[in-house]
Amino acid sequence: MALDEYKPQSGDAELENKELKYVGTTPDRPDGLDKVTGKARFGADLSLPGMLFGAIVRSPHAHARIVKIDASKAEALDGVKAVVTRADFATGLEGEYGFVLENVMAGEKALYDGHAVAAVAATSALIARDAAKLVEVEYEVLPHVTDVDKAMAEGAPVINAAYADASVPEGMHPNVVRHHESGHGDVEAGFAEADLIVEDTYVTEAAHQGYIEPNACVAQMGSDGKGELWVCTQGHWYVQKHCAALLGMETAQLRVTASEIGGGFGGKTTVFQEPVALALSRKASRPVKLALQRSEVLRATGPTASASMDIKIGMKKDGTITAAEGTFRLQGGAFPGAPMEFSAMCAFACYDLANVRQVGWDVVSNRPKQAAYRAPGAPMAAFAVESVIDTACNKLGLDPLEVRLKNAAHDGTKASWGPRYDQIGMVATLEAAKAHPHYSAPLEPGQGRGVASGFWFNHGGETSVSLSLSEDGTCQVSVGTPDIGGSRASMALMAAEVLGIPYENIRVTIADTATLGYNDVSHGSRVTYASGLATIKAARAAVEKLCQRAAAKWGIEEDAVKWEDGCAVPSGANAGDFDPLPLAEITATMGSTGGPISGHFEATPEGAGVSFGTHIVDAEVDQETGATKIVRYTVVQDAGKAIHPAYVEGQYQGGAAQGIGWALNEEYVYGEDGRLQNTVFLDYRIPVASDLPMIDAVIVEVPNPGHPYGVRGVGETGIVPPLAAIANAVSNAAGVRLKSLPMNPPKILEALEDQAGDA
Amino acid sequence: MTPRVQVHLWSALRRHTGGAEVVEVEAATTGQLLEALRRDYPGLGPMIDAGVSVAIDGRIYATSLSQPVTPENEIFILQRIKGG
Amino acid sequence: MSKVHVTTSINGDSTEYLCDPRETLLDVLRDQLNLTGAKEGCGTGDCGACSVTMDDRLVCSCLVLGVEAEGKEIKTVEGIAEGETLHPLQRKFIEHAALQCGVCTPGILIAAKSLLEKNPDPTETEVRYWLAGNLCRCTGYDKIIRAVMDAAAEMREAA
Repeated sequence: MALDEYKPQSGDAELENKELKYVGTTPDRPDGLDKVTGKARFGADLSLPGMLFGAIVRSPHAHARIVKIDASKAEALDGVKAVVTRADFATGLEGEYGFVLENVMAGEKALYDGHAVAAVAATSALIARDAAKLVEVEYEVLPHVTDVDKAMAEGAPVINAAYADASVPEGMHPNVVRHHESGHGDVEAGFAEADLIVEDTYVTEAAHQGYIEPNACVAQMGSDGKGELWVCTQGHWYVQKHCAALLGMETAQLRVTASEIGGGFGGKTTVFQEPVALALSRKASRPVKLALQRSEVLRATGPTASASMDIKIGMKKDGTITAAEGTFRLQGGAFPGAPMEFSAMCAFACYDLANVRQVGWDVVSNRPKQAAYRAPGAPMAAFAVESVIDTACNKLGLDPLEVRLKNAAHDGTKASWGPRYDQIGMVATLEAAKAHPHYSAPLEPGQGRGVASGFWFNHGGETSVSLSLSEDGTCQVSVGTPDIGGSRASMALMAAEVLGIPYENIRVTIADTATLGYNDVSHGSRVTYASGLATIKAARAAVEKLCQRAAAKWGIEEDAVKWEDGCAVPSGANAGDFDPLPLAEITATMGSTGGPISGHFEATPEGAGVSFGTHIVDAEVDQETGATKIVRYTVVQDAGKAIHPAYVEGQYQGGAAQGIGWALNEEYVYGEDGRLQNTVFLDYRIPVASDLPMIDAVIVEVPNPGHPYGVRGVGETGIVPPLAAIANAVSNAAGVRLKSLPMNPPKILEALEDQAGDA
Repeated sequence: MTPRVQVHLWSALRRHTGGAEVVEVEAATTGQLLEALRRDYPGLGPMIDAGVSVAIDGRIYATSLSQPVTPENEIFILQRIKGG
Repeated sequence: MSKVHVTTSINGDSTEYLCDPRETLLDVLRDQLNLTGAKEGCGTGDCGACSVTMDDRLVCSCLVLGVEAEGKEIKTVEGIAEGETLHPLQRKFIEHAALQCGVCTPGILIAAKSLLEKNPDPTETEVRYWLAGNLCRCTGYDKIIRAVMDAAAEMREAA
């Protein structure tokens, strides 16, 4: 199909064209009052009668065989009620369940510094911590490796010889466990057409999601095989399924309630201490609270992967990219799963390229199992690719936004990762960035400006929503996706839109696993899209019943009633025959006109729309100290449709701030001994208020045809461009290209000195 | 008769299809398509088990096995999308 | 280890408790007194989620021992609102969308209140530096700074 013939397809076309009354407004969030008064209850905020406190014993070695665990001294301590080891969990688990169990509690080997090897429960947190120190573990220390390139090299210690899957070609080191390759066209022919070829290697360190609330839960298990779990998580059905499997219990017997969640960013899409708390509770026959300490969060929950990447781009003098090639080696800790395929697939996704090839390698090492972090895999790839594009623009004397516009993907472009794009907003974000006053504002001496674009897929996933009306005409909505960014407000706005009743008359609750159907995790920027779509459809189902009741009351056909502005209205031949019947009048008598009125929706929506963003950054580099200050920051991103614009801005600003941290400060520092050196926030330094400027957020709206109001996810794309945009700004300010993150003062000074040495 | 549809594979899968990046299988739905790939190219089985999504005319169907496919569609197999 | 008897005042209520000499004020507030508004984000005084005031001095309650509260006046997030009336900072945080997950919010409110009591008319830079000990991972601080500045302006007008 020729490009000019291409018409955007609209797979599950859902898009409505109507005036919106509630969607797009910015009412106060329903959880606001609880959160400003200290009433909101997070993972560690629940206490139960007879509750014990847990503590985990962790390996101090990066790689070691566990020879013997002697818990007798711990068990003898007054107040200790249970000690568990791997022997207290299910056996024979395979695949992902097997990996999760191995990570939650080590079996034969400790695979990284901080790997859990045992746990205790006691009558107080202090006693539990004392007891953990009394558990004696005998280790046989093994050689270790924590760097991605070293882990792939000949002679590197093997983490697990059985990890590699069928995708890995023969002859690779056993630590290379998965392989990806994709693309189209002929890159060699493309490079031959180029006037300039830029080829370079870029590296990023692992960064942690850095949620402020450490992972925490309260578990209660009885001898009857039933369990209750209160936990801060992005997905309580995931927790239910995995904990049940790891404990060898039936899924339905474990009821999981999601607490308020103090940040997740992908890091709370899996389980760590939850199965341990349940095992302790089962053994002690008492409730157990298990809250991780910050050092445990950093050592033993999942940061993102670290990366080493080779990029080659060919460009004509006019800025046309003739070919692009990238190799992405990602280290994801001691288990398979580093998101190298997303690095590869997202790397060149912003551009319309005739010749593109991308290769990914998933490499294991003696580090904690990586977990998802906001658009997993994409930010590091964008860092490498957008830096190389910027280098090419500088060499050819071209404007970086014009070059991006020249090569931008548009409706119908064959994406670097395979299919053709539907309706997309890449060009729109670039045009908005170009038109923004920031882009033409003068720079002070010592400052540099950087721009970069980024892409993320977004996701649908299994979704259930249940909505019910009360006699007084108010509405309650149960959703199953934990609210990590203001989604309760967004759901209420969408329900208000369909029902035609005020936002304030709707209460949205995150239901527990016993009271609603299955829901996929709050990840993949899916909540406002998928739970939103489900809320809209559940509300429409209720509206249908409301119209039926009105039809019955009026004695007319059901299809002669339409729903307008919160009222049933006779239409067609019956138009004007009866006064509009408001929702509250119908619900007032619903018990005697056919029963309670509710609506529900269960499906796996498949119409998620991809999204693009472009960021502009001004940075100032102190040539003497190497310190960087971000002086101005603008985020432009396609939201499809902003349901609650203030909360969309919040997502953009938060993504940018996390990107600034990853670019300038944050990194996992491992010593020669394989131990993590920076296990507290003082040393793992996330951005503080005085590090940042205001962050201008520009919402572009190119509707997603797969959602009634055009919603695309907004949570993740915002962290994709910052690493590159800041690297470009810093490089332009310092006059030397930075190719390794974080760009902390020592690294910038080193780059400046190298350059001075070269000159 | 079940129609034959063309399926684009990511290039690392070529090793299991005798070098072909586009293969033709009999299928009327995404589920039948994956079954047919598994049957005709047994080497793809483990990759499909590891999690794949199907893109039809640019729209990604992350998990659906019931989505209709026709010979007119442009069909891609992708690694399954997850997120943070 | 025998426990120590402590008499203190918390949000204006006189309070007594027994605590292990190793227990932090944060542990006492949360585990004994059920005042779970103050959060433990780090336990090392780096994140500010546990901020409270002790005799009007801003402290990280994870770095204060429970026994140190003897004879002191402690104020926590639970004491900021007067009955049903929210403090202007609380109102402005909701209005400006200055919180997302909300786990840092109690500490930031306590810290911001403490700032405005000392300096009713802070510059943006002063607010940013005063709050530099309170980590927020969701917002990028933009809307938090705006909320504090706006609350300060409203409070000055009312004063």
